[in-house]
Amino acid sequence: MTARDGAITAPARGFLRDLRRLSVFTAKRLAALFLTVLVGVYLTILIANMGGQVDELRMVQIQSTIAEQVRADPAFFDLSPQERNELIQRQVQLEVERLRLDQPFIVRSVDYLQQAIRLDLGRSEHMHSDRGAREVYWIIVERLPATLLLFGTANLLVFFASVFIALGLSRRYGSALDRSVIALAPSSAAPGWFYGIFLILLFAFVIPILPAGGMVDVPPPEGTLAYAASLLRHMLLPVTAMFISTIFISIYSWRTFFLIHSSEDYVEMARAKGLPSRLIERRYVLRPTLSPIITSFALMLIGLWSGAIILEQVFNWPGLGTLLFQAIGHRDTPVIIGTVVIFAYLLAITVFLLDILYALLDPRVRVGTG
Amino acid sequence: MRPLLEGLRRIGRYPSALVGLAIILALVGTAVFTVVTIPYGQALELWRGGETWRMHPVNARPAWVDRIAGNNLPQTIIVSSDDAPITEEPFVGGKRLRIPLEFDFDYGGFPSELNLFLTSSHAEREPFVRLTWETPDGRQLNLGGRRPAREERVSISQDWELERRLGRVPHVGLFAAPGDDGPPEVLDGRYRLVLDAITFEEDARIGADLVVYGRVHGLAGTDHQRRDLMVALLWGIPVALAFGLIAAVGTTVTTLVIAAAGVWYGGWVDAVIQRLTEVNIILPMLPILVMVGTLYSTSIWVMLGVVIALGIFSAGIKMYRAMLLPIRESPYIEAARAYGAGNARIILRYMIPRILPVLIPTFVTLIPTFVFLEASLALLGLGDPVLPTWGKVMNDAQTQSALYHGFYYWVLSPAALLMLTGLGFAMLGFALDRIFNPRLRTM
Repeated sequence: MTARDGAITAPARGFLRDLRRLSVFTAKRLAALFLTVLVGVYLTILIANMGGQVDELRMVQIQSTIAEQVRADPAFFDLSPQERNELIQRQVQLEVERLRLDQPFIVRSVDYLQQAIRLDLGRSEHMHSDRGAREVYWIIVERLPATLLLFGTANLLVFFASVFIALGLSRRYGSALDRSVIALAPSSAAPGWFYGIFLILLFAFVIPILPAGGMVDVPPPEGTLAYAASLLRHMLLPVTAMFISTIFISIYSWRTFFLIHSSEDYVEMARAKGLPSRLIERRYVLRPTLSPIITSFALMLIGLWSGAIILEQVFNWPGLGTLLFQAIGHRDTPVIIGTVVIFAYLLAITVFLLDILYALLDPRVRVGTG
Repeated sequence: MRPLLEGLRRIGRYPSALVGLAIILALVGTAVFTVVTIPYGQALELWRGGETWRMHPVNARPAWVDRIAGNNLPQTIIVSSDDAPITEEPFVGGKRLRIPLEFDFDYGGFPSELNLFLTSSHAEREPFVRLTWETPDGRQLNLGGRRPAREERVSISQDWELERRLGRVPHVGLFAAPGDDGPPEVLDGRYRLVLDAITFEEDARIGADLVVYGRVHGLAGTDHQRRDLMVALLWGIPVALAFGLIAAVGTTVTTLVIAAAGVWYGGWVDAVIQRLTEVNIILPMLPILVMVGTLYSTSIWVMLGVVIALGIFSAGIKMYRAMLLPIRESPYIEAARAYGAGNARIILRYMIPRILPVLIPTFVTLIPTFVFLEASLALLGLGDPVLPTWGKVMNDAQTQSALYHGFYYWVLSPAALLMLTGLGFAMLGFALDRIFNPRLRTM
């Protein structure tokens, strides 16, 4: 109530106060999220190092590699066994100091955390990027656009298609079309990769018209247009797979929202006033349902991020998921941690944007009661 | 509890719920049947593969697929010397044996492999066996001689010398009608493999099993290690149901209790729970599972534990909290406090039962999510090392490029079972959602 009174008497002051509250809110959320990411990444580091147990494996490995090197090197052939052992000891010591394995794991884990948060992800143990870089950061950044392209396209398609179809269905509630779409909702129990397998089987093997996997033809076609066309052809199946697996459940949930909100008293009131149905839909149904819609959209986004590993693996898509899978194959811990850190950041950014959107959409946050 | 029973009684009015329930009951029934007929230990033993499956063909299609396609591809034929009319001629210091192994072959395709398993019970000196192949049109082919050890596998299909002589792979060449040009055709009729053996000990015995491997096998077909896929498809049911159910129960119950405790105690307890939930939402579930699978163990029970542990502080807490907050203030809770009910009693007996009806549909639709999660992990090669599961079958199929080679059954049968499980629970769950959330029903 006070907000409205203030806005009437002094609009500028009200706006300033809104802005201040919004920025305080943003700062608070940012701090909380940063802390959350910090804890999450630290947990990841602990898991990926098995609470320090990986270090013991590494020590054994260093010992054996160096011993092997010294024994194989002709320059050291005429050393006495004792001298040779001392040499091995010295070299091991150097390597241990280089990797800082002589410090307790807790101290180093804090360092790892600091590096991970600064996106200084270190060097990979076995893998390298397509350009040959060994930095985990570059390995990951090279794969990010592929993931963003595929999942961005699929998510936007699903989002807009389902909102519009759901709106249409809620208007034609109970029709044969409505009932058949709702009956299809349980099909979303299966994830995207599952439909992907069927699509590959159908369109790449039974009727071979589309590529079974990959991102572009090999070798990549010359010219931007040909490249884009090839990319599109490769994207068709994975995007369709994701579309099928999420579209019906999204339509179902948003239709439910619209139905609930179009039976509210204020909507009935608008109808009684004789407002055109388009206007009712836009101003009385869509606006109050906006925040739940965006929430479920963002949650779906988060769900698809984590589901990406398998879908990318099934379609051989060179994104972050495939990278993580390869890193697992190579037991390349820095890359695994790096990928998880990127995942955590992406999720945190999603959550943060969601919070900001809430603050903008929901007046209660602005007046400080939310 | 009344509204719960009332709601369950209303299921009958939803055909999709009945279909879902029927699917679930059928799955549970098959699971019980499987666990009773193939006990746990035996299933692991079978799935480990090896010698148990030596009489099974490699990558054979399910027999019924072949029936539908109308191809009449061969089934596996095993001819044992136990049923053969053996003639013996003893002489001093040994005996002469003639073992004819006869079988009828009238199929629309060649066998996939040909093996002879010989067993010999000699003490010191190996017997000598000469093999002769007799075709229905009276041709005789010498397949060479052998001195079998106590147990010996004669891989006729991999006899390169024979292949060179026939001009074709032995299991095709031996069954082909004469004629050099054009694709080979099967010669129908009675085939015979005659073993002429001489033993150098009087009481030595020779046994032989001729295996003409088919191209179709049973209801589910076989994989690259000759294992009958039926074992994995059947055992996949109890594994999937147990994983889905335990994970769903584990996550929803703990989440619910924690949410209720947070709401009831409020203050710092609530704050800690909220922050932990936020950390957990940030933590990506699948990569962590993948890491645990890589670094610790891929055992399905470890995975289950991690899934539950990560699911305790799931996003559901926020939802339950919103539902429980008004309940906390309701008069009957105050009444309970007035008569002196303890905290635990109020949380477990008064708060949680109130939102159970809303929870049941979520719970039912959650089960297939975990079933698919298990399959996802298996598809990434992080399946349980010993248990046969649907995901592991699909993973095998993928690593063996089953789709490329045209072994569609290998991918489709586990996928169909996964889909059936998912659909069963989802259909029931969606119907329950309409029953227990009256706001949707009145529309």
